[in-house]
Amino acid sequence: MTDVASGPDIACGRLPAEAYLDNFTDLHPPLDAHEAVVEADRCYFCFDAPCTQACPTSIDIPLFIRQISTGNDTGSAKTIFASNILGGMCARVCPTETLCEEACVRMEAEGKPVKIGLLQRHATDHFLETRPKSFATRAPETGKTVAIVGGGPAGLSCAHRLAELGHAVTIYDAKEKLGGLNEYGIAAYKTVDGFAQAEVDFILSVGGITVEAGKALGRDFTLADLKVKHDAVFLAMGLAGVNALRLEGEEMEGVLDAVDYIARLRQADDLATLPVGRRVVVIGGGMTAIDIAVQMKRLGAEDVTIAYRRGAGEMKASPYEQELALTNGVVIRHWMRPAALIGAHGRVSSIVLEGTRPGDDGRLEGTGETLRLEVDQVFKAIGQTFLDAPLLGAVPKLEGGRIEVDEDGRTSVDGVWAGGDCVAGGEDLTVAAVADGKRAADAIHRSFGL
Amino acid sequence: MADLSNSFVGIKSPNPFWLASAPPTDKEYNVVRAFQAGWGGVVWKTLGDGDPVVNVNGPRYGATHGKDRQLTGFNNIELITDRPLQLNLQEIKRVKKNWPDRALVVSLMVPCEEENWASILKLVEETEADGVELNFGCPHGMSERGMGAAVGQVPEYIEMVTRWCKKHTRMPVIVKLTPNITDIRQPARAAHKGGADAVSLINTVNSITSVDLDAMAPEPAVDGKGTHGGYCGPAVKPMALNMVAEIARDAETRGLPISGIGGVTTWRDAAEFMALGAGNVQVCTAAMTYGFKIVEEMISGLSDWMDEKGYASIDQFVGRAVPNVTDWQYLNLNYIAKAKIDQETCIKCGRCHIACEDTSHQAIATTINGDRGFEVIDAECVGCNLCVNVCPVEGCITMEAMTPGMVDPRTGRTVEPTYANWTTHPNNPNRVAVPAQ
Repeated sequence: MTDVASGPDIACGRLPAEAYLDNFTDLHPPLDAHEAVVEADRCYFCFDAPCTQACPTSIDIPLFIRQISTGNDTGSAKTIFASNILGGMCARVCPTETLCEEACVRMEAEGKPVKIGLLQRHATDHFLETRPKSFATRAPETGKTVAIVGGGPAGLSCAHRLAELGHAVTIYDAKEKLGGLNEYGIAAYKTVDGFAQAEVDFILSVGGITVEAGKALGRDFTLADLKVKHDAVFLAMGLAGVNALRLEGEEMEGVLDAVDYIARLRQADDLATLPVGRRVVVIGGGMTAIDIAVQMKRLGAEDVTIAYRRGAGEMKASPYEQELALTNGVVIRHWMRPAALIGAHGRVSSIVLEGTRPGDDGRLEGTGETLRLEVDQVFKAIGQTFLDAPLLGAVPKLEGGRIEVDEDGRTSVDGVWAGGDCVAGGEDLTVAAVADGKRAADAIHRSFGL
Repeated sequence: MADLSNSFVGIKSPNPFWLASAPPTDKEYNVVRAFQAGWGGVVWKTLGDGDPVVNVNGPRYGATHGKDRQLTGFNNIELITDRPLQLNLQEIKRVKKNWPDRALVVSLMVPCEEENWASILKLVEETEADGVELNFGCPHGMSERGMGAAVGQVPEYIEMVTRWCKKHTRMPVIVKLTPNITDIRQPARAAHKGGADAVSLINTVNSITSVDLDAMAPEPAVDGKGTHGGYCGPAVKPMALNMVAEIARDAETRGLPISGIGGVTTWRDAAEFMALGAGNVQVCTAAMTYGFKIVEEMISGLSDWMDEKGYASIDQFVGRAVPNVTDWQYLNLNYIAKAKIDQETCIKCGRCHIACEDTSHQAIATTINGDRGFEVIDAECVGCNLCVNVCPVEGCITMEAMTPGMVDPRTGRTVEPTYANWTTHPNNPNRVAVPAQ
């Protein structure tokens, strides 16, 4: 469709310079020392603690909290890192309200869990700020080498564990920086002050890890190359593909991929250089949808609307994240799906949304009622897909479009393990990816039969 | 409205809340503020004779804290008043004249010579103060000079000095006891024999509050070194309650008036001391923590509780708990209780289980119908109360007495309706036929 309405209102620097600092500062300011001790004192040190059971990496939460309460922040961080070397990032990005904090017995007692995430951040921040050296010491070199494809949470976790065990690890990553979504994907106000890279440096400081940045599988090397050069391979390349709206006009200017935009935002030296529409519509219901919507609002967009095809309960974004969007002034329109993109001269100018409802068979159906919104930018945040093209045909067995693995992370290809978002059945959570990496590392280690 | 007026050894005060001899009662300014705030009486900070003592000019106090800086215990290395005797006497006289309805007792500590005591008593009498309290308790500094606890730890000295004081003054004599002894009844009996009108207790407990692990010095440290101080505040209350009860129920001292001291922080603490036989209470740490206003809570709390319970005056409940304090050998061994966990309020923290499993009787299971849940195994439960004490939810775990005729699944024996104690138990080599009570 075409439209002759006035041109789009997209501008850089919509806000005064200091507003960017305010808007992109820490979402949750860290606890100070006294707050941490008082909060730690709320922990009951439960037997067989439900919080630990709820943590994908099984951090001994009661113990690390007790260590904070006795003034041993360093010991507390060691407890955390022993289970989760990315405990610092997880403290920032974990949806704790659906994991450890939901399980906290204080929820049952009073509806107010111990602030486990903030306590974890307190301890891990202390360690990263004061540590004289790496968390772990490496076992003697084993002579074994492992290739890891993808330096995100799964890859880093796997690399650290393998290095600890004495193996030589090489991380290959297509991007210039390691960290994966921690560096390129997570909302900026969740990981301020370059924390993602500080954490990468911390993890690499264990030693024994070689980084091959800017090296992409399928372009610069093949899986077969890796299998020749290394004793084992761990695939942790995440999801490189993005779902399309499958609407005419999707290629128009102003129709953007949320993941790409967030990556650009995360790498921007000056947020005022980012093009921000006055009226923004986000399509999707997951964390990426919330992250892009809130950040666009904080970049100065006037109207930001999330359109999601089902109800609040079906959104993959947690209730907490949904509330975050609402309190930031984002409008969430449930039971709406995109029906048409309208524009002129190659630029999007409005979007038509159609009402939806669950059909008799539970499948979604359109109601026929439509709503047309004037728009300057449309963001697609309807999920990412695993791209197997870089494997150049040497593709392990897939399940539902992602790599199938057993409980140790072993793929159908001998000597190749996989973990993180690229494997089937994943929860698309940082902490789950960390757990995958650690588990695979231990399995790889066992497979060496040393 | 309950009548809170108090008469302790003939000394009248509008309520039973006195400030103990301590920094808050060292001078007119503080005492007047206390009276303005509503305190029923004060024991003026201990006077000595000769040149005034000198105090350290570094830290005099130490404390123990909860995680949110709640003060759980307090310690001091301050000595008796370091102000000139005459100045104190003038102020005492003026305060008593201006506040005739309030109790004003003067604490004293002089060397163990009869003439020292005789002469200072004469000076105090001239102030028209209501009575004296003999400080035989101060555990630091003064005890090194043969005074304070050095006297209080030797019953013969207590009796001797008390007798001198009774001989040389018409004023009521209260003897303040140190807890730094093995059997509190001995010094109490000595005071009683010496003619004391009352005892007050406890004075502070020898203590080091903590150790600075960087300086490797005890707290509070004065220029790198520390000394033991006197511990007081909430932490010492249980010890004080026991000592008060021991004196209240001792055949030799029964009926001897007691002024209860030791961690009194709220009206409830005061009521507990008084239920165990204290005719009034003295407070210090709570006032030093929060200021004098706390007495308003104490007055209203005690008054409301008395109204609720139907006590018209204080003497109606003083000592009411004393008959229920007994020796272990008289406790009823036929009384069988089992812990019961209220599943409605249980938050499933599992503390009861792990405490019982690791350190006691393995009497709490971890699953109910296959799910996480905690339930008492009656066949293992000895009724020890550990689970009740460690449970973070008040009232969630209770001790339920078994009714006579039921069978205790732990022992297989029927619960007897009769009272039976250790004195008749078959395992007691000195058993008697009929239980002694």
